Amino acid sequence: MAEDGKEESVATDDESDHTAADGTGSLNNTMVEEGSTLLRRMEICVAEAEKRSGKNAVNMQETFTVYLIETRPMDAVVEGRNPAPDALWRRYSEFELLRNYLIVTYPYIVVPPLPEKRAEFVWHKLSADNMDPDFVERRRVGLENFLLRVASHPVLSNDQILYHFLTEEHGWKEVVYETGFQAKADSRLRALSATFRVRNPDKRFMEMKHYSDELQSHTSQLLRARARVADRLYGVYKVHGNYGRVFSEWSAIEKEMGDGLQSAGHHMDAYAASIDDILEEEEHYADQMKEYLFYAEALRAVCRKHELTQFELEMASQDLISKKQQREELATGIVRTFSFKGMTNKLFGQEAPEQREARLKLLEELIAEGEETVKEKTLECEEHVEKAWVDMQRFKEQKDKDLREALINYAVMQISMCKKGIQVWGNAKECFLKM
Amino acid sequence: MSVGAPKGLASSGQKPITEILHPLSAAEEPLSVTVNVGGDKEAGLTNGTPVETSSPASASSLFNRLQLDDDLEADVRDLYASTETRDLFVTVDDPKKHVSTMETYITYRVSTKTTRIEFDLPEYCVRRRYQDFDWLRIKLEDSQPTHLIPPLPEKFVMKGVVDRFSEEFVETRMKALDKFLKRVADHPVLSFNPHLNAFLSAKDLNKRQGLALLTKVGESVKHVAGGYKLRARPAEFCAMGEYLDTFSQKLGTIDRIAQRILKEQSEYLTELREYGTVYSSWATSEEELQRPLEGVASCVKTCCGALEDQSESMSQDFLPVLREYVLYIESMKNVLRKRDQTQAEYEGRLEAAILRKQEDRTPMPVEVEKCQDKVECFNADLKADWERWQSNKRQDFKQLLTGMADRNINHYEKCQAAWESLITLLQDKQTEDKTSETN
Repeated sequence: MAEDGKEESVATDDESDHTAADGTGSLNNTMVEEGSTLLRRMEICVAEAEKRSGKNAVNMQETFTVYLIETRPMDAVVEGRNPAPDALWRRYSEFELLRNYLIVTYPYIVVPPLPEKRAEFVWHKLSADNMDPDFVERRRVGLENFLLRVASHPVLSNDQILYHFLTEEHGWKEVVYETGFQAKADSRLRALSATFRVRNPDKRFMEMKHYSDELQSHTSQLLRARARVADRLYGVYKVHGNYGRVFSEWSAIEKEMGDGLQSAGHHMDAYAASIDDILEEEEHYADQMKEYLFYAEALRAVCRKHELTQFELEMASQDLISKKQQREELATGIVRTFSFKGMTNKLFGQEAPEQREARLKLLEELIAEGEETVKEKTLECEEHVEKAWVDMQRFKEQKDKDLREALINYAVMQISMCKKGIQVWGNAKECFLKM
Repeated sequence: MSVGAPKGLASSGQKPITEILHPLSAAEEPLSVTVNVGGDKEAGLTNGTPVETSSPASASSLFNRLQLDDDLEADVRDLYASTETRDLFVTVDDPKKHVSTMETYITYRVSTKTTRIEFDLPEYCVRRRYQDFDWLRIKLEDSQPTHLIPPLPEKFVMKGVVDRFSEEFVETRMKALDKFLKRVADHPVLSFNPHLNAFLSAKDLNKRQGLALLTKVGESVKHVAGGYKLRARPAEFCAMGEYLDTFSQKLGTIDRIAQRILKEQSEYLTELREYGTVYSSWATSEEELQRPLEGVASCVKTCCGALEDQSESMSQDFLPVLREYVLYIESMKNVLRKRDQTQAEYEGRLEAAILRKQEDRTPMPVEVEKCQDKVECFNADLKADWERWQSNKRQDFKQLLTGMADRNINHYEKCQAAWESLITLLQDKQTEDKTSETN
């Protein structure tokens, strides 16, 4: 979040996502204080959205939206100078690429999610069209939010690719691909297999994974239920508009009652119209919930990575153990466990000492390698656990704070809706009293 | 000429229009002081006499002149009349359930206080059930066909849909019966009807007996000969008919809208309840967020309750009154039709008489003159009652619609209070956390 009010008004739309009812942007401060993150040095915002058309990969014409990212050095802002911001255009797919890179490169971090690609949890009057200006606007806000979260993260904000994303318009994609991150990505199959076969995952991570499932389930239920409620509430308000018309018609045949009825009718029309703004505002709340719906997925990904590293460690340890056993058997001639070599020895007789020596030597090499592998895997696993645990704690605190503020803001919205209702009906009542 | 009422009493029984309090408002509601009788063009036009001042008292003198019974003394008296000219007070209250082997029903206490000489005692207290009110209304309609009789609440209620013995239903019905009786008691002509007297005073209302005190005009109007075609209906009665048609239509529309709103609200309520439970169940998997989430769930629940109350109230109080009026309008249209018939008969007989006169020089038969009287009487009664009806209608709808507004305001106030207390709860926790952090 930008630190000061010099930020363009578009960014402050985003503040409603995160600021407390007292409006001081306390989350803002939390994000910036931790470490010397990028956000401390640079002011970032997604200022605009524009439609573009061009030829895509298969040489077909397509229309897409690009977003303008503006940055300014923070010290200039603080000093009161107002230099023109550096700016570049990015489209949604580039944001996706950035995020994928971050996920692969920092598997122990709960990476902030992007706003949804397609409009979901839509109640009937709201457009599900990606080109709809309201949707584009909310997405702009969501993308800005993403950048701000990433740029204020103690680990992610130091990433060079991120810096390039914000500062170098051309050639960025090539630079990302050159990192070879795609090769490092874990295959789905491997990850899934690990989930099923891992023996001793860290209990805390298993609990966290279970929690991420709960979070995902509850936020999606909430979003669905909210959309249904919005739909119905819309109906209730709009039907009242009919009162406007009938009061107007009725007032035509009345003498003393006419004026009062007519004016009351206008208030009924106003009441029916008021629901559009009310529900539009509520979309911000839905967006906040959606962010955490997607965050749940990111959290689960970190837990799954743990399962994978733990599994690989277990596999490597298991492999080492079995190789050491083999060596023992070879050295002592005692066959403890069934082995093919043991069988063939029995059947065809012992092999020549030179062959045995060769095999023993090979085994020693393999064991040495295996021990290195186990060391590596152990380190990898422990490092992941350590770093991931820190970030998951950070995430938990952030989540608690953000969602609490979101709930407070929701309550504020409800109060505002009630006040509007009281006002309109109060006005109508006055008209009725004058009848 | 007034139906059955002795001369002179017509004026002492009246209240000036502007001072007739709405029956349900008791002393609270100050009658709208913006009612400018000078603007009451209808009355001014119909008899052509100018309104001297715009004081409330002049309304009553205007009213008096609309009664064909021109008692000039009464005019003068009423010009300086105090508000206490009413001498018949009625109240309906105290509902009680009666269970017998045959049936279960509700009775209401009907209390009367009066100084009129038509009543033997100054006070009465009897118990009556809905059937008795219905009987009274039918008798009034029969005996005073030229007047507009106030409506009763709906007779038939669908068993299984409405609980006839629920507190709210009984309360609503009682209020409507009270309104009915007060309007009858306030009516300068109807209040002197002997059936009303019996209703208010008799220990046991022997309905089968049927008091044989039908008035002259009542009888004669009942036996209007059919088959006469109306020549020209006076403009004011045309206007009344048109007004009633349009008004009835609008009321029907409002009824449909109100019902639709109730339906939408009910569906909204279903979704809202489900929505609230989502927060509750989420709370179970959270630590820090458990209280806030449960807080939201509880607020949503409160809002559901508030909306339920509002819907029920609209269903009980708003819709029945609307429907009463539609029935009321139907009965008024009947009265207009009877008036038309009376006029048609007169015109028919007059025409026949004129023809005969031209032939053999017989004088104008008495029947024709009687018919003329009937028509003029009817017209006058109707016109007077029309004004009264318009005024009552205005009060009724003012009350009805402000009631609707109040219910909505009340609902939003309850919801607002719930959400505000949640914010206080959550923000207290926040400052608690902040201070513990800095400490």
